[in-house]
This record gives sequence, C-alpha cells and structure tokens, in this order.
Amino acid sequence: MNELLKLSAAEIGSKIAAGSLTSVEITKACFEQIHAVDAQVGAFLCLDEERALAAAAAIDARIAAGEKLGPLAGVPIGVKDIFCYQGLPTTCGSRILEGWMPPYNSTVVDRLLEAGLVIVGKLNMDEFAMGSSTETSGYQLTHNPWNLGYIPGGSSGGCAAALASYQVPLTLGTDTGGSIRQPASVTGVVGVKPTYGSNSRYGVLAMASSLDVPGPFARNARDAALLQEVISGHDPMDSTSLVSELPGLTDAVGKGVDGWKIGVVKEFGGDGYQPGVESAFKEALAKCERAGAEIVEVSCPHFDYALAAYYLIMPSEVSSNLARYDSVRYGIRVGDDGTRSMEEVMNLTRGAGFGEEVKRRIILGTYALSAGYYDAYYGSAQKVRTLIQQDFDAAFEKVDVLVSPTSPTVAWKLGERMDDPLAMYKADLCTIPSNMAGNSAASFPIGLSDGLPVGFQVMAPALADDRLYRVGAVLEEPLLDSLVGTSAWDALYEEAK
Amino acid sequence: MALSTDEVARLAALARVDLSPEELAKLAPQLDVILDAVARVSEIAGDDIKPSSHAFEITNVFRPDEVRPSISQEAALSGAPAEEDGKFRVPRILEED
Repeated sequence: MNELLKLSAAEIGSKIAAGSLTSVEITKACFEQIHAVDAQVGAFLCLDEERALAAAAAIDARIAAGEKLGPLAGVPIGVKDIFCYQGLPTTCGSRILEGWMPPYNSTVVDRLLEAGLVIVGKLNMDEFAMGSSTETSGYQLTHNPWNLGYIPGGSSGGCAAALASYQVPLTLGTDTGGSIRQPASVTGVVGVKPTYGSNSRYGVLAMASSLDVPGPFARNARDAALLQEVISGHDPMDSTSLVSELPGLTDAVGKGVDGWKIGVVKEFGGDGYQPGVESAFKEALAKCERAGAEIVEVSCPHFDYALAAYYLIMPSEVSSNLARYDSVRYGIRVGDDGTRSMEEVMNLTRGAGFGEEVKRRIILGTYALSAGYYDAYYGSAQKVRTLIQQDFDAAFEKVDVLVSPTSPTVAWKLGERMDDPLAMYKADLCTIPSNMAGNSAASFPIGLSDGLPVGFQVMAPALADDRLYRVGAVLEEPLLDSLVGTSAWDALYEEAK
Repeated sequence: MALSTDEVARLAALARVDLSPEELAKLAPQLDVILDAVARVSEIAGDDIKPSSHAFEITNVFRPDEVRPSISQEAALSGAPAEEDGKFRVPRILEED
C-alpha cells in the first residue's frame, strides 16, 4: 500500500497547503488503492476519476498561486449514494432509481466542493438506507475489510468499508437509527451522528425525515471534526435546518474529560452485550477514569422501548416518503404497454423496483398509520418518543455524556440475519434513542473481540457535539494500524473471483 | 393478533406495491412477528403523555413569497421515464368505457 494513504485527512490537508504534497498525488493514490482492493471490498457503486483528478489539479493550481484554502482542501472523499451530486447517478442502493441523474446537488455536497474536497465516487448502502448490513442494496454486497465473510454494517456500509480499507481518508454518510455509528463500530472507524438539523437534508434522499441526519466518517476524531465543520450550518432550503451553530469541534479534540461525569446507560433491554463487546467497553471506561472522569450508572427506563417505537415511527415515515417513487417523475417504469392504467403501472414498478426490506417497511408503516390502528401503534410510539426525550433531559442534568457499546455485537457473517428481520433490527438497539431525541452521538473504535472491531458510543445533548469529540479523542484506538499487513489485509488484494 | 396474507395483500394494494404470492407468504408471518414485538409501546403510552412527532419543538418556517430562479423545465424532466411536449407523460388515468 502507498504510504501516503496512511496519512490522516488533517495531515493531507496541511501538507497540500504547505506544498509538500499535491491533491493530484493523493487522489491518484486513492484511485490506485480502489482499483487494487475494491473488487474484493465492494464499497463503491461508481467512480468519478476524470472529474476528481481535474478538481484535484484545480486545487493544486490555486494553492500554487498562493491562495489560502480551508484545512481539507484537496483531500479526497467518498459519499454515500444517498446524496444528490450532478454528473453521477444517485440510486440510494435501489433498482427503482437505476441510472437516475439528479438535476441538482445536495447542500452538503456543495459545501464539500466549496471547501475544496475531491469527490472520488459514490458508496454502496442498504436500499434507501434500510438495513444494518448493506445486504439490502439492490446492486452488490459490501464486505468487511477485517474479514471479507462478514458484514460491514449498515446502512452506510460502503462508507465504513472504504475507510477501513484505506481507499479514501474521509466519507460522508447518513444516520436514521444508527446507519453511521453501527458500520463505524463494526469496521473500526469513527462515525458521528451530529445533532439533528445541524447538517442540511436538502438533496439527501429521504427515509424517515424526522430522524435522518448526514454525518462524517473518518479514521480519527480530529478528521471527523474537520469534516463536520465543513458541512454544518443553517440551510434555508431545509425547513428543519437549525439556526443555532455547533460549538467548535476541532478545538474540542484534545481538551480531555478531566472532572467530567460519564453516565453508563443501565437499560437498553434486548439480549445483552456479547462478552467481548462488554470487556472492551469496560476497558474503555477505565481509560476515561484514568483521564480524570467519574463513571456513574444512569437509569433511562424508557430506552428499553426505543426499538419498538422506532420500528413504528420510521416505517410510518418511510411509507409516506417513498410514495414519491411512482414511475412518473424519476426512476424506472415497468409494464407501460399502452393498455395498463397508471395505477397498474405504479403497482408493477414499485413491486419490481423495491427490494424485500423496503416492501416490508412500507407495508408495516401503512399498517401502523391505517384507520383503527393509528392510536395503538403510531400514536403510542410518538408518546414513547416523548418519554425517551425526557429520559435524556433528566440524564444530562446529572452527567456530561452518556455512553454504551455502539452495537450489542461485533460484525456477523454475511447472510446470517437476512431471514430474521428482528435480529437485524436489534443491531441498532443502542443507537436508536439518540435519533428519537435528536441529540448528538458518535462511535469510536476501542478494541477487538475475536479479531473484529468494537465501537464505543458517546451520546451528548443537542448542540453539544463538541463533547463527543472530547471523549472520542481520549479513548479512540488506532485499530486499523493492526489490520494492515495481516492475512485478512492480504485477502483484500486477491483478484475477485 | 395474527396478520393474514389477505390483510397483507390489502395493505400492499393501499401502498401500491405489487407482491408475488411467494412474497406474500414470506412477508405475512415476518410482519406478524415484528408487530408483536413493537406492540409493547402501548404498555407505557399513558393518556397524560404528549406525543412527539419530531426531535425538537419546531414551528412553521416561512420564506418570502417571491419569484426566484429554479431548475429548468428540461432539467426537471431529465429523469422522467417518459415525457411529451415538455410534460411528464403518464399511462391512462381514467377507465376506458
């Protein structure tokens, strides 16, 4: 592997600014790595080599001309295939949008381009971000670089796998119930779900609008903070975009947690944590204590109901949001033979274009919102949402941050949970509450269990995202250093079968 | 509560999603298990609790009602499966007599 690829995004940015590295050099190195390993990993759905290299050359020319650009100017990045970016297809991992070229850019993509980042391609994901393993993608499987037989997490599995296999130093994903944090956790990278509304959803294909938020993936806390600072800020094109600004995030890295109270959430319910996850989590807590924090147990009694409430609220919003895929304005159209009615064509198109998990959730949401069931299901779930928000409010009066393992288990084998939706859903047990309440949360790599990464989740109040980075910088472990050179690593370079 | 394949077929029709008999046979029992697991939300949803539709209390956001540039008609139609005379072309929407 080219040694340049081991540089952090912050180092790449400062070397480019100083003139000791060019954006073209690092961008070429990324494409070489993609061509060497992605046949095995399957992270990218499409590449944009020509335009990326031209953009990199343009950044190099501006730097050579003495222009002062931002800290990530010239740094390559991959984006989840949920973000509209003109010139490349946006499929959201679904066959129903096969080949669709968006007519405008999402706001966060525009901000990447304005900051001089170089977009190399679009990354695989679960179909319409519904899944925890990226296996529901209508296009391809993505493999976990730690063991190609294992899932990379989801729904932003392509983002996580591309980082963990050093194809790019940064990626951009979205999180609705854990879709950034869980893949980060199972691949040994950093993933942040910022405060809801701090990053614009304009031009981001909607799954569950009251829960969706774009956020950064990186290999360390500082890089994630730099990327978050590039994309955040009010956007008048998104009516839920917050006007308030986030506190300084890169400034927070390195400030430590001396004197802090860190709350361990007592009850998430479910089937408990895998022993290897639990022991890595306890070691990370001890590290926080050594850094001067006090660890206390905090009760959040309604978190036990979060998964149930989420699987009513999210499908309800999904069934409404995905009504737009009606074979009229975009995407494929099936069965329009001149005799069939609009409604028949719509039924056939959606039947053929949507995969199994998407259909499952659309029907679940249709049921939860239907007359006679609305109060018992959707109405009750909304009340549980209030109770979860109150649990967070009470907890944050006592502690600075709440913590837990990001996911109850490490990565599992590809295919293992595909016919057991409920088992798949439980991967997000610990991550869902923060989406329900809108507060900030992140996953940081802390250790290995049977050779697979374990993630540590930090949850902070809304607009106190700086606290995530303070804790993360204290406990993150450079797990990926131990992957390079192993037999698992060598397997990435084998020719695809 | 048991969700029958007939009920799932009715829901699929409401949601405008064509399902094969195999899909119906697979989905119905799965949805039943999921509904059973999520029904517990009613255990703690007392009458005195205010429902939340969103993470934060938000109110309507308005912008001035002014004519502004937008994407062109051509760009708006560029992703359509069928177009005619600068409009989206759709299959017939009325029943034939």
